[in-house]
Amino acid sequence: MQEQIQQLLAEATGRDASDFADTTEDLFADGLLDSMATVQLLLALQDEFDIQVPVSEFDRSEWSTIDKIVDRVKELENE
Amino acid sequence: MSWLESLPNYTAYGTPSYFIYLLIAILPMGISLYFGKRLVWYEAIISFLFLFFMFDGSSAPQMLSLIGYVIYQTILVMWYFHYRQQKNTAGVFYLLTFLSLLPIIIVKFTPAMVGHNSLLGFLGISYLTFRAVGTIIETRDGAVKDINWWKFIRFLLFMPTITSGPIDRYRRFSKDYRKVPSREKYLEMVNKAVKYLFIGFLYKFVLAYLFGQVWLPAVEHQALMYAPHLSWWVVAVAYVYAGDLYFDFAGYSLFAVAISYLMGVETPMNFNKPFVAKNIKEFWNRWHMTLSFWFRDYIFMRFVFLASKKHWFKNRNVLSSVAYMINMLVMGFWHGVTWYYILYGFLHGSALVINDWWLRYKRKHLHIKTNAFTKGVAMFITFNFVVFSFLIFCGFLNTLWFVKH
Repeated sequence: MQEQIQQLLAEATGRDASDFADTTEDLFADGLLDSMATVQLLLALQDEFDIQVPVSEFDRSEWSTIDKIVDRVKELENE
Repeated sequence: MSWLESLPNYTAYGTPSYFIYLLIAILPMGISLYFGKRLVWYEAIISFLFLFFMFDGSSAPQMLSLIGYVIYQTILVMWYFHYRQQKNTAGVFYLLTFLSLLPIIIVKFTPAMVGHNSLLGFLGISYLTFRAVGTIIETRDGAVKDINWWKFIRFLLFMPTITSGPIDRYRRFSKDYRKVPSREKYLEMVNKAVKYLFIGFLYKFVLAYLFGQVWLPAVEHQALMYAPHLSWWVVAVAYVYAGDLYFDFAGYSLFAVAISYLMGVETPMNFNKPFVAKNIKEFWNRWHMTLSFWFRDYIFMRFVFLASKKHWFKNRNVLSSVAYMINMLVMGFWHGVTWYYILYGFLHGSALVINDWWLRYKRKHLHIKTNAFTKGVAMFITFNFVVFSFLIFCGFLNTLWFVKH
């Protein structure tokens, strides 16, 4: 799943997947992810994993690293 | 209502004596929180008392508007919450959002249309609107899972933040409100509150006083001698006004956060060293944060979400540019329907578009290593653009060019 999410992040931001090698890096602090790319990522996650993530539920602190995104997606998949 | 008008009026955080009354009044809440209990009734009575003295005296005509407004928004939010438990149609959501926005739309457009202020207005209406509309939007998303009218009114009218924010969110507020912080945590909050109060005093009563009361009138006076022509004094007005705006608002926000902390509520911060931002996007993550995050979450992201899902735009960069412009123009109109507020919004929207384009261009075509020098240049450009945009925002150019002296 981690690789899949790294790929989706690369697509959402228009960057190389290699920019997302560090799974503990704060994506927002480093400007890798902005609001625009965040929405693209949410939409991609909805399609890919068949989960619902309303914008209201998107709390930046809970989605700030790749590891956290993986955890959140797993949680939402089990709901 | 004449008896109301004869009573003394206390503007929030207006004078040193206000702080003395406020701190004495909230002391029992603090002691009680220290011992692990929230004095719900005492807190409510004190809050309403302080609100009363904010809206009596010369502000008495606003009191009725405030009461009517709170009843109106509470009915809308409660009705929508109950409706949303059964059904979820887009039309009803948009209608409720529109109804919730209606008072502020009337208040903001009345001066431009009929030349005087609307009777519906009162100090803080914008901030109450942000809280109410935000709650409706999160209810639509199913994120607000329980609500009751009393808690909603306490959220809407939370005394430390009523007139100018920071803008909290219902879910965050009610989470704090339900629980009592641990003793360790509460002491930490008191510690911060004391620090914020003192920085706030420095900002609001020393620096904002110097910038706003001493220097600003002086440089404005000089600049107006050349009216309607520009002079270097206009540049001075821009920088002095920026200092005044920042220290005044950041000082006020620190008071609001500090008093919230003492009451055991972690109201979010509003400013985070805005003038060290290296680009305009970062600036909006540091300046009046609760407002810009409100716009980001409820306008920008929702518009992008909808537009992406419905494939309204082929090109993603076009989509983000349109979203930036909508976002900042709405912010401009929210400040007021005047040419300078709208131009301010337009300038910031354009700056965000250009900034995004530059970041993409730099990443693809230039391989500049960032170092202290490039960061310094970036901060310098951002700061000066912001100061220039504040010159537009403050309306001084309107006075200079269009008001007869």
